[in-house]
Amino acid sequence: MLLDGKRLLITGVLDPRSIAFFVAKVAQEQGAEIVLTGFGRGMRLTQRAADRLPETPDILELDVTQPEHLTAVAAQLDERWGRLDGVLHAIGFAPASCLGGGFLDAPWEDVATALHVSTYSYAALGRSLADLLAVDGGSIVGLDFDAQIAWPGYDWMGVAKAGLESANRYLARDLGPRGIRVNLVAAGPLHTMAARSIDGFGDFESVWQERAPLGWDLRDPEPVARTVCALLSDWMPAVTGEIVHVDGGVHAVGAGVPDDVVTPAED
Amino acid sequence: MSDDLLGTFKAILSEEFGVPEDDITKDATFEALGLDSLDVVELTLVLEEKTGVKLEDEELEDVRSVGDAIAKVEEKQG
Ligand SMILES: NC(=O)c1ccc[n+]([C@@H]2O[C@H](COP(=O)([O-])OP(=O)(O)OC[C@H]3O[C@@H](n4cnc5c(N)ncnc54)[C@H](O)[C@@H]3O)[C@@H](O)[C@H]2O)c1
Repeated sequence: MLLDGKRLLITGVLDPRSIAFFVAKVAQEQGAEIVLTGFGRGMRLTQRAADRLPETPDILELDVTQPEHLTAVAAQLDERWGRLDGVLHAIGFAPASCLGGGFLDAPWEDVATALHVSTYSYAALGRSLADLLAVDGGSIVGLDFDAQIAWPGYDWMGVAKAGLESANRYLARDLGPRGIRVNLVAAGPLHTMAARSIDGFGDFESVWQERAPLGWDLRDPEPVARTVCALLSDWMPAVTGEIVHVDGGVHAVGAGVPDDVVTPAED
Repeated sequence: MSDDLLGTFKAILSEEFGVPEDDITKDATFEALGLDSLDVVELTLVLEEKTGVKLEDEELEDVRSVGDAIAKVEEKQG
């Protein structure tokens, strides 16, 4: 199996629709041993989601803005496994003022929160787990939403994701010499709790319906989960600092897929 | 049927969310019972486990009261 014997930390499982929930499921199906993290008031939900996985994993508490939580998680993993083969960062948050058309009005304190949770935490998580990941050439994967262009309603979260894309490159630069790979998966839109807080999410839906050459199902995070698992496996060994788009191909095309595509006649 | 469901809701809301049983009537709104959006997601998961009916939390969005939610579950049970 793809992830036989791998020991993975999976953050960001809030409920059974979370992208991270599907990563956890596919990872277990592929032979990995996993530990989840949960956050604050959502811990109860994380526990209920964990109960729905093939095997119920343990859950560590992690508010990624609390340095002592990061230290404690690393210590607990060290005690449990003494090494770590991979970690999924599936964490994003922006206060309401930062989303849904508030770009010019959002106050700095709110923007700072969005950047702290959604951007800086990627580097902070990588730093705190680097020693464990370095034991046997681990893999760090984060979840991105294509930040090369401006989207309706995504506002400061888009800026946070652009920062995440850059942080991904710097983290890859600094952890590469220790054998640690660092990559992002840029996912198409999916119906999760995080997505529900974005006013204008419906606009993404129509863009993907129109433009995805492969089509796109907003209720199926499994394609994203599989790609994350591929990056966590040994099968992408020389890949780092990369952003893999799992979006049905939308990032590659500039307009709707014509419905009268002509396939050249065979002769 | 819907009396059974009211019983189910009473059990779930009192046991899992600590809502005093006497407050749980068909007219009681989730807001009045002190449930926020995370609680409502959790409620849908517990409901699914207890009744086999899968409600998306957006379906509960225009559902304000316990009575509305019972109606949704009944509708789904068909
Ligand atoms: N849903 C989409 O359309 C989509 C598309 C591309 C990328 N993403 C990204 O995927 C990731 C996961 O989101 P999701 O869509 O599965 O939604 P989700 O709501 O299920 O997950 C978001 C997670 O972030 C966690 N979180 C928030 N603040 C935290 C903190 N301070 N410390 C620790 N954890 C915290 C929450 O507990 C939750 O588990 C996010 O980075 C999101 O930006 C989502």
